[in-house]
Amino acid sequence: MFILFGVFLLTFLIIISVAIIRVKSLFSAVMLSGIFSLLMAANFFILDAADVALTEAAIGAGITTVLFLAALALTRETEQRETHSRVPLLVLAIAAAPIIFATFDKPRLGDPNAPVHQHVAPWYLEQTPELIGIPNVVTAVLGSFRGYDTLGEVFVIFTAGIGVLFVFGVHQRKAAISGGELAQQARGIRHHLIPRIIGKIFIPVILLFALYVQFHGEYGPGGGFQAGAIFAAGLILYSLLEGVDKALQKFPPKVLPWFVASGALLYALVGFVCLALGGNFLDYSVLHSNPVVGQHIGLILIELGVGVTVFGVMLSIFLAFAARESK
Amino acid sequence: MANVLDVITWMMLSLGGLVMLIGGIGILRMPDFYSRLHPASITDTLASLLILGGIVLQAGWSLASLKIAAILLFLLFTNPAASYALANAAWTAGLRPETKINNKE
Repeated sequence: MFILFGVFLLTFLIIISVAIIRVKSLFSAVMLSGIFSLLMAANFFILDAADVALTEAAIGAGITTVLFLAALALTRETEQRETHSRVPLLVLAIAAAPIIFATFDKPRLGDPNAPVHQHVAPWYLEQTPELIGIPNVVTAVLGSFRGYDTLGEVFVIFTAGIGVLFVFGVHQRKAAISGGELAQQARGIRHHLIPRIIGKIFIPVILLFALYVQFHGEYGPGGGFQAGAIFAAGLILYSLLEGVDKALQKFPPKVLPWFVASGALLYALVGFVCLALGGNFLDYSVLHSNPVVGQHIGLILIELGVGVTVFGVMLSIFLAFAARESK
Repeated sequence: MANVLDVITWMMLSLGGLVMLIGGIGILRMPDFYSRLHPASITDTLASLLILGGIVLQAGWSLASLKIAAILLFLLFTNPAASYALANAAWTAGLRPETKINNKE
């Protein structure tokens, strides 16, 4: 049954990726890539990677699609066809052949003797209940054992957000609003009753769910990355319904960079507090007299940092695109 | 009792699958956007009601049922709203339903 689902989903993935390349309308390509992400999320889920599935569904299928659409509004709807040379295809084929050849040597899915299950994975699985005391091993690995990597990831997201803000800059928006006629277009779909009412009902629920994912990440699938993305998605829905202007009033361009920076700084600060208390960088055990409770405190704080940064970056990228669109 | 539940679940699941299939055929066979939206939206809502309802019957009184019921509620709200938004977007973009009068010109 598992194999059947897997083959079904992977076949669809191949069909959709071919369709994305072939289709001429960029809107269709964006929609297809949303479907691709959703199928990918289902794929991750049947592989028992619930955390990754949640991220893929929230970021890949949700936010990326909206960002692509916002970007499309700045450009043309159809792809500009050029006469392609065959060279890239040849290079790709040559590069892909060894990779495909290498997959024949891979251990079977779920094989207990696979190298990945022999190395550090058993240690993580055995030590997590003792050292960290939380059921979700993914969060333990992400936040505590491999805390350095996650800190790096947060700063990558931080850098991406800063980069987009540099290129687009939300700031010029103020002048546009006073223009009057431009504000007309940016009012969203406020005049439509049904989406507005549905949005009014669901946006608080989405935000609440994001907080649940944030603070339940130690016990179930989820954590800062997913929660930040879902929270941002809720507010993106708000700005789609009520118009970019209103969203910019609620989240002024001056405030959002503070979110972007403070999350990453909070994460790094936890590391330095650990240093000051005599432990290693990001060794949360020293945060409390009981090392396990210390780990809990550290994880909650760094997850909060991750969540705040991801939220800030996602929302500011969207608003940067959307505010420019109506110019 | 468990047998009766199993039979009802089986019926709901297969009926849901059938409705979904009819909806899929409808999307392929209908002539224009608005009539395609009709099988897409209505069968989707009904089929998700049947399939998720069937799963709830199997899950019994548990947290899982509650979660599935929440998903069902979410779908019941968002599916029609999404169809409305789709139809409205098409209308705003200037797409008009294919009618006999339109076709004559």
